[in-house]
Amino acid sequence: MEIFVTALTIFILAIFVGFEVITKVPPTLHTPLMSGSNAISGITIIGALVLAGQIESPQLSKILGLAAVIFATINVVGGFLVTDRMLKMFKKK
Amino acid sequence: MLNQNIANIAYVLAAILFVFDLRWMSHPRTAVRGNRVGVLGMLIAIVATLLSGNLEFHYIIIGVAIGSVIGAVAAMRVAMTAMPEMVGLFNGFGGGASVMVAAAALIAAMSSLASGGNNADMQMKVATVASGIIGSVTFFGSYVAFGKLAEFIAVKWKLHFWQKLIKYGFSLIVIAGGIWYGLSQGISILSVALVISAVLIGLILLMRKDRFPGMNIVKGLCGVAVIILGVLVVMNPENTLLFWVLVGVGGVLGVILTISIGGADMPVVIALLNSYSGLAATATGFVINNNVLIIAGSLVGASGLILTNIMCKAMNRSLANVLFGVMGPTSETPDADEVYKTVKATSAEEVAMLLDTAQRVVIVPGYGMAVSQAQHAVRDLANLLESKGAEVEYAIHPVAGRMPGHMNVLLAEADIPYDKLKEMDAINPSMAQVDVAIVLGANDVVNPVARTDPKSPIAGMPIIDVDKAKTAVIIKRSLSPGFAGIPNPLFAKEHSLMYFGDGKKAIQDLITAVKEG
Repeated sequence: MEIFVTALTIFILAIFVGFEVITKVPPTLHTPLMSGSNAISGITIIGALVLAGQIESPQLSKILGLAAVIFATINVVGGFLVTDRMLKMFKKK
Repeated sequence: MLNQNIANIAYVLAAILFVFDLRWMSHPRTAVRGNRVGVLGMLIAIVATLLSGNLEFHYIIIGVAIGSVIGAVAAMRVAMTAMPEMVGLFNGFGGGASVMVAAAALIAAMSSLASGGNNADMQMKVATVASGIIGSVTFFGSYVAFGKLAEFIAVKWKLHFWQKLIKYGFSLIVIAGGIWYGLSQGISILSVALVISAVLIGLILLMRKDRFPGMNIVKGLCGVAVIILGVLVVMNPENTLLFWVLVGVGGVLGVILTISIGGADMPVVIALLNSYSGLAATATGFVINNNVLIIAGSLVGASGLILTNIMCKAMNRSLANVLFGVMGPTSETPDADEVYKTVKATSAEEVAMLLDTAQRVVIVPGYGMAVSQAQHAVRDLANLLESKGAEVEYAIHPVAGRMPGHMNVLLAEADIPYDKLKEMDAINPSMAQVDVAIVLGANDVVNPVARTDPKSPIAGMPIIDVDKAKTAVIIKRSLSPGFAGIPNPLFAKEHSLMYFGDGKKAIQDLITAVKEG
């Protein structure tokens, strides 16, 4: 229960930080904001890596972990790269 | 092996870097740096994870290699006009990853329980359910959004080969996967339920229409079923089949919620799914008790919610109305022929003469600019006019295009400086001083009916006041209505000129005419 309350606290505070920070993003950058934040949501890769690499767990769990690693990596690599591509276009001027 | 405490400190560092990433997104000058700081945060989190656990690496290496290649190729090759599809699809990958991590964690926990480990706690079980539902809705909803944007879902026309490949391939995989897994678990209520939901998803995705009779009933039933199943999974976490039924029904819900939404409502859906992909990551964070997942997911969730809210406000509609309502002409919508009686068609030469004397020109882009890829031609025209001493700006409506900021990205791609891209509220007060406003492929967002007719489907929607400009030139293929399905009196106003044609070609002809004039 203690762990849950800590996690919940972190969750709620992070939501507030998110609102504060993102309200300041101008409409011009809304598309890169979406692709960039999408890359951040690829943080699920942390969980995927652990589950794909566990030694003493059922094969099914590892295979699902592998699929999750693929999906999350696409998200992270693709998201950050495409955002970089877009933002460079804005920066030129 | 890295001490768990050190790993946790690395996670905090990663979370801080993510906050800076988003913080620096507040200005085009700092945004590139922000994004790279985000990359750094992700790298730190990944390295800390790999060093802190006792892991075997072969699946990890395979997965990262495959994912990196697909992600990098997609990111480098996608055209800027196809950005909505790309973001739509990527939201789905995030949701899918969350479902699979939750499932894998559940299976691993149950197997460790069977071999005498600790029982999974309540937090883990509830979070697994949340992860399964949100992740599945996000995954299937995003696939629908992607398919509608790439124009192969719920359409009547003939598809290209690659569209058919994705459309039939995906449906086949879902249906076959559901039947195979369902049958492998023996015949029971649960396996039948799984098969039914997989078949339902596959078939809805093959429909040529975006609505079917009884859709709202199915929507409601799925909503209720998902909650009941969620409770059942929490009570029987060892039943893996039950979890997959939950994911299956969540998938039906995701498909049904998004399939009837189209056109100008797309930005709302994309933003909402963006938010879900973050919340799915947060839920996964609760499953595996990892703070960096909770923080990063919350940041993304908040970002998506803010964008969703901005988009809804820009259409003066509630989220519920976008998700469940029907947009279209009502019996009170005036007859188009009546409205368009006084429409005046114009030519490139006539518009060129107008532009020759114009001091201030504003270009109002819409989805039509993206479709005809006219952004580079627009820049050439603007440069030409500026060389003749005119001031050229761009007025951008928040919901112009198919995703938040869609027009800005296209214009930036054409090297148009971002300080010339004006927000609706910034440019409206001075619209009356604009000599020529050129509307390029936009319709509903410049329809003055939004201000004047409280009964119209777009009543109260903020618009760009093109009707107040001294002259409005509307570049459009025909007088066909926009997404709202209503005629636009702007086209028939005394100071309006209709310049019929494809956006790109029209602008190019205009450039030639200005040069010759």
